[in-house]
Amino acid sequence: MEATRPVIYGMLAEFDSDRALLDAAHRVYAAGYRQTEGYSPMPVEGLCDALGQPQTRIPLVTLVSGAFGAIFGFAMCWYANVISYRWNIGGRPPNSWPAFIAITFEMMVLCASLGAVLTMLVMNRLPQPYHPVFNAPPFQRASKDRFFLCIEAKDVHYDPEQTRALLESLNPLSITEVPE
Amino acid sequence: MSGHAAEIPNSETTLVLAPGHTYASVTDKIADLVLTRPFTLTWFVVVGFTGLFVCMLMLAVSYLFARGVGIWGVNVPVAWGFAIVNFVWWIGIGHAGTFISAMLLLMRQDWRTSINRFAEAMTLFAVACAGMFPLLHLGRPWKFYYLLPYPNTMWLWPQFRSALVWDVFAVSTYFTVSLIFWYVGLIPDLATLRDQASNKTVARIYGVLALGWRGAASHWRRYHSAYLLLGGLAAPLVVSVHSVVSMDFAEAQVPGWHTTIFPPYFVAGAIFSGFAMVLTLAIPMRSIFRLKDMITLQHIDNCAKLLLVTGLIVAYGYSMEYFMGWYSGEPTERYLNANRALGPYAWTWWTIVFCNVVTPQALWFRWVRRNVWLMFLISLVIQVGMWGERFVIVIISLHRDFLPSSWGMYYPTRWDWAVLLGTIGFFLFCFILFARLLPVISISEMRELVHSSHKSDAEAAG
Repeated sequence: MEATRPVIYGMLAEFDSDRALLDAAHRVYAAGYRQTEGYSPMPVEGLCDALGQPQTRIPLVTLVSGAFGAIFGFAMCWYANVISYRWNIGGRPPNSWPAFIAITFEMMVLCASLGAVLTMLVMNRLPQPYHPVFNAPPFQRASKDRFFLCIEAKDVHYDPEQTRALLESLNPLSITEVPE
Repeated sequence: MSGHAAEIPNSETTLVLAPGHTYASVTDKIADLVLTRPFTLTWFVVVGFTGLFVCMLMLAVSYLFARGVGIWGVNVPVAWGFAIVNFVWWIGIGHAGTFISAMLLLMRQDWRTSINRFAEAMTLFAVACAGMFPLLHLGRPWKFYYLLPYPNTMWLWPQFRSALVWDVFAVSTYFTVSLIFWYVGLIPDLATLRDQASNKTVARIYGVLALGWRGAASHWRRYHSAYLLLGGLAAPLVVSVHSVVSMDFAEAQVPGWHTTIFPPYFVAGAIFSGFAMVLTLAIPMRSIFRLKDMITLQHIDNCAKLLLVTGLIVAYGYSMEYFMGWYSGEPTERYLNANRALGPYAWTWWTIVFCNVVTPQALWFRWVRRNVWLMFLISLVIQVGMWGERFVIVIISLHRDFLPSSWGMYYPTRWDWAVLLGTIGFFLFCFILFARLLPVISISEMRELVHSSHKSDAEAAG
């Protein structure tokens, strides 16, 4: 850190179980904090709801991209056989749609899968090589066996003393002030 | 599971994770396989040995490109030789990986957790092997892009009504979806490796691959949602891929091919051979990497049961093929029945009956399913059998079809064998590198398994 006072990103509390983190999340939310984030080595059921985070829209995006893929796949086969290169093969109709279903299905799966994953990455703002929470030394275990709750400094209720007092009342293993 | 530990005397042997594991212990155990395990001489010897086969593959492919498919044993009437046999065999092997990671995920089978990662890697490498063959089999492989719909000066399109074009879409979609499914599953584990690595360069490499994953609650929610959706998309995909592959045959009128049972029979056969490959890889791996507490006898047992079920479906497929051949009243279909069992390639037919119908019956016995040596042997027998099944379908049908004057025999050349053995070497080479560089078991999902087993312990106690 430089000579100037470091800008603070937030206050990070460390817990040893998902239950402790979940309890803490409920208490912090009840205290009015909204700019918060939990960190855990695996998904913790109910943590997003406890922190008041909105529902994900990934299923909707997947549906739309899947529908796009299906329409595109079918339209491609239809255009090729009905408009672009109409050719009578054994008297079969140009729009012999059952023969187009396999490609329609594969394009649906391809677009829906890519849509789901790319949306997940974009909405999570990944890849993101740098993030302030990595500055906290205990955070190294966030990908192993420790659970963290961060109250961000941009929260309107954030106050170095009061926030620390609240987190201390939750019996964390440690509390770290995270520099930006 | 451990809830009724008191009633079942032998519960230790039915657990999918040995007791006593914590978040930290599963993390350390799996991550250390990558980060701190020393490089041994044996490892270099094995990599070098499989690497020789990769060299052989490259040599065989280079010679093929220089001289053309004439170096293979293919000729009229058998224009589809080893290349198509190998293609169907490899892509079938891949199917078990997707079945484990997608179908068993949706059915909430927690035993899939410790085998899904390496099974997905197996899928990826198997599909890579499979994908080579249609291209190698092209008479003019440098024009492979004719398969794709692209704007061209000839104003032509691929024939979208042909199963061979469906195959292009199915296999390329399958490879892409398998790759992203596998990579998305890896992201949290790559973050773990980044944080656990003591070497700065290693940490940086894993850090780049982990995309800055930090396990935030909002990230996990979207991640989980996307992962489940991928599972839901991959499950029907895996069924569609081998169905389309089977239609490459079923769309033709060749005796033995023109049958409606092909799609389900091919899908079952694919999962059958794929689970055999899972066992072939898992049994040595759990012993070399000392993972017997995570890949337990229960896993071997469950895979064996799936082998038995899919094996019975395959046996049903064989008997239906025979029945329909007879019931159709077609002379060529009836002749095919006789030619399979009594013709010049009869030994291949009886080999596959032994490997795919007789051998799996041993899996009715629990002591067989729980004997790793026997299971390893059976898994190899089944893979030979499933390769033979594709040989029977491709070669026996083609070599004597409607016109006796154009009957002929097919003999593979050394280049056919070189490509087959080369892809097996390539597959093992990739797999060994994967097991060295990436966690062979999903660490984050193992933590969830630890969590749920702790929870059921607590419920049993309280």
